[in-house]
Amino acid sequence: MNVTWSRFNITSIVLGFAFLYLPIVLLIVFSFNESKLVTVWGGFSTKWYVSLFHNQGLMDATWVTARVGVISATVATVLGTLAALTLTRYTRFRGRVLFSGMVFAPLVMPEVITGLSLLLLFVAVGLDRGFLTVTLAHITLTMCFVAVVVQSRLITFDRSLEEAAMDLGAPPVKTFFQITLPVIMPAIVSGWMLAFTLSLDDLVIASFTSGPGATTLPMKIYSQVRLGVTPEINAACTILIAVVAIGVIIASLANKRREVQRQRDEQAAQRG
Amino acid sequence: MSNAAVPAATTSPATDASKSTLVRLGAAFIARLVIIVPYLWLLFFFLIPFIIVFKISLSQTAIAMPPYTPVLDFRDGISGFLSGFGALNFDNYAWLTQDALYFNAYVTSVVIAAISTVLTLLVGYPIAYGMARAPATIRPTLLMLVILPFWTSFLIRVYAWIGILKPEGLLNQLLLSTGIISQPLIILNTYTAIFIGIVYSYLPFMVLPLYSSLEKMDYSLIEAAKDLGCPPITAFWKITFPLSLPGVIAGCLLVFIPAVGEFVIPDLLGGSQTLMIGKTLWNEFFANRDWPVSSAVAVILLLLLIVPIMFFQRAQAHAQEQDR
Amino acid sequence: MKSLGSIRRDFAPWNDPNAKPYIQFDNVTKKFGDFTAVNNLSLTIFEREFFALLGASGCGKSTLLRMLAGFEEPTAGRILLDGQDLRGIPPYRRPVNMMFQSYALFPHMTVENNIAFGLKQDGMPKPEIAARVAEMLRLVKLEQFAKRKPHQLSGGQRQRVALARSVAKRPKVLLLDEPLGALDKKLREETQFELMDLQQNLGLTFVVVTHDQEEAMTMADRIAIIDKGEVMQVATPAEVYEAPGSRFVAGFVGNVNMFEGKIARGEAGVASIDAGNGITIRTENAGNAAAGAAVTFAIRPEKIKVSSTKPAGAVNAIEGEVYDIAYLGDMTVYHVRLDDGQVVRASTMNAARITEDPLSWNDRAWVSFRPDAGVVLTR
Repeated sequence: MNVTWSRFNITSIVLGFAFLYLPIVLLIVFSFNESKLVTVWGGFSTKWYVSLFHNQGLMDATWVTARVGVISATVATVLGTLAALTLTRYTRFRGRVLFSGMVFAPLVMPEVITGLSLLLLFVAVGLDRGFLTVTLAHITLTMCFVAVVVQSRLITFDRSLEEAAMDLGAPPVKTFFQITLPVIMPAIVSGWMLAFTLSLDDLVIASFTSGPGATTLPMKIYSQVRLGVTPEINAACTILIAVVAIGVIIASLANKRREVQRQRDEQAAQRG
Repeated sequence: MSNAAVPAATTSPATDASKSTLVRLGAAFIARLVIIVPYLWLLFFFLIPFIIVFKISLSQTAIAMPPYTPVLDFRDGISGFLSGFGALNFDNYAWLTQDALYFNAYVTSVVIAAISTVLTLLVGYPIAYGMARAPATIRPTLLMLVILPFWTSFLIRVYAWIGILKPEGLLNQLLLSTGIISQPLIILNTYTAIFIGIVYSYLPFMVLPLYSSLEKMDYSLIEAAKDLGCPPITAFWKITFPLSLPGVIAGCLLVFIPAVGEFVIPDLLGGSQTLMIGKTLWNEFFANRDWPVSSAVAVILLLLLIVPIMFFQRAQAHAQEQDR
Repeated sequence: MKSLGSIRRDFAPWNDPNAKPYIQFDNVTKKFGDFTAVNNLSLTIFEREFFALLGASGCGKSTLLRMLAGFEEPTAGRILLDGQDLRGIPPYRRPVNMMFQSYALFPHMTVENNIAFGLKQDGMPKPEIAARVAEMLRLVKLEQFAKRKPHQLSGGQRQRVALARSVAKRPKVLLLDEPLGALDKKLREETQFELMDLQQNLGLTFVVVTHDQEEAMTMADRIAIIDKGEVMQVATPAEVYEAPGSRFVAGFVGNVNMFEGKIARGEAGVASIDAGNGITIRTENAGNAAAGAAVTFAIRPEKIKVSSTKPAGAVNAIEGEVYDIAYLGDMTVYHVRLDDGQVVRASTMNAARITEDPLSWNDRAWVSFRPDAGVVLTR
């Protein structure tokens, strides 16, 4: 297939990736700008990072975001995994169409609608807006993404593994925890990571459902962005990008190493 | 091995049967639980909120907290509920039709989303195609590189473009210094900026489904077409493109639907001059504090999107059946 | 002692009217929606038997196995194991273990943990588990692979782990779903004999599902030919081959030539079949088919002789023309077109390296066979 990787293909990939990455690279570069004018290079400096750590509001928002992210991602992973099991294992029950609709629709639903509707729900049931409501909202949104990730793993799951376990004497629940869960664990972990980053990134839904004292980092960044581009925000963004990128890269490198090791093992086994 | 034929199971048939009934009931209960927990969650946090939105869109605006007077209140019992129908208030919807602003916002949103979707497809297809034809060893790396921006904050990625598109921004600096233009281009706070923002932000959503459908395709089909006398360009249009259609449809829906209700991009890149319904809703809610009207805006937006959303859901379910 | 296929069998409980059946399918029907996978099927399997379910894919043989394992419940009828009705007993409480076609080795567990899995479910004490696992590893010659994960094994090794895991619990019955399907031809032949030895040594009852007739013929004591959810014939491999009960079985197992005709009474145990176009076949195996009955005469290719001249004294000899010759090394297959257009397949062992007066394409030739060489089928 190398023959077909023509100049056209290479060019389109290079241009495509330049388009995807250049803005982010520029943003990172200008976070080290000495000058307060974001777009004029005034020399290298890390002063914006220093001032960032003295910005109490930003620090508080980061802490709120991290807590919301961890809690909502964890609950969403449990609910999303259950939803994925329902979608793949129980093909016939009353209201299945409605259920799969409710799982898939939030993936594409404009955030303003989801945010507004959740807010109105919280008001209707008399729940004060704050940490709890943002978390509940994020669980609802991200569990659908987890469901999709886990579901795609479950579809390719070899059911005979479960049958083998039951055949060997393990009751269904035990089979689930000893066989199914460990085998699909990588998908559940990436589901959690996806849920966590989605929660970390969300501005719109958080703006609707959050209240005083529960300002998240994207909300904080947004309110400052509206006032104009500053190197300090660039620095904050760079840190956020770095955290996520390092996490994702480590995860995928570990994955790749496992895969390479696995292939090597398999080849060795075929020879031996 | 001499004692090998000794039976392994020693439980008597009677206890076995009663135990198994219990276990079976337990399994049925757990199966029920697996379905019910996420089902109830989504009913309560996803479906019921829409009903509330609909309800509030039919109520009066009031200067209070919450800023509306409820209608269709169950507290008065069924009769009160039914009499409430008489008091139903379609003023908010009437308001939406009277003010051309809303109508224009809906139309521009749909048009902008449609144009952006086509642009994203045009940008995304060559990338996905190039990836699918790349040597198998580097494909996972390319895939990761496409997914990586998706993990970084949407807000940040949109923000990054402000510094580039500003009149005194990096793009204009580059173009001016190379002498291509003599006057800075005004891109920020125009629809062009919105197009750029949507194409940029939603590109991974387009590339991923395209890639997965192109990568699955058997390349010998193209070779067969060429062997049968089909020139490369025709082979692309007659073989490759039709076979990638599921990916094209999925990608377009993944871009179009959320783009219609997009808020961050028009707000940060489009400025105050551009009109999009997501921004209108946000302003009605946060600036005007008019909950009933913003609910009505949301209801209409939802009605507008319900067909593509159902289409998307069916495409998803179909793809899932195929994977089985 | 004269016997079909000239194999003497000491183990033949199916011929003993007093033998106690071990596994019984009693008028079992299984439907999936509108599709009937198993149709009112009855079958008896005896203890320590190596029993094969043979059929094309989708014939319902795997469904039978899965019902025995407990993954499916019969829609109607019942299944008895050692006198106990299995209805309602879930798979994890049945004294039956299965070796899966895909092997279904747990990818996150080592070889020894895979083998120990079933024993742990029974709450067996740890030292006993360790001893049994070691014994099983010895049995399948995988002692040095105990700590490996399944993906670090070759296909043949995985197959043996799956086997060890499924016999570790000493089940009453071992079910094998296409046990050799994923192996290459050479390995498959070796493993067939290993499986037979294992079954003998452990004294277990094996029920194997396969679509490979050679595999079934090699390993099984008896074969059930299944088609469209029904049993076509249950018999020893030799009976299935030499005395097929129906046209379907004759055609399904091995190659066969079939002549359609009508019985015309003959003399002294030899019946004549009028096969049309002046062809008359004399056979000793017409049984009690009445004169005038429409029958099929079936004869295996290796029981037909091809010669360039009419053999002297042949009871059955038909003239034709050599139409095709396939030289296979150990034997040669001739396709002879009879004068009525029907093509007869005959195979000859190449016992000698040099043949005098060999046949060639388009030669006139005679096909001849003995009166006891074929069978008369009425179904």
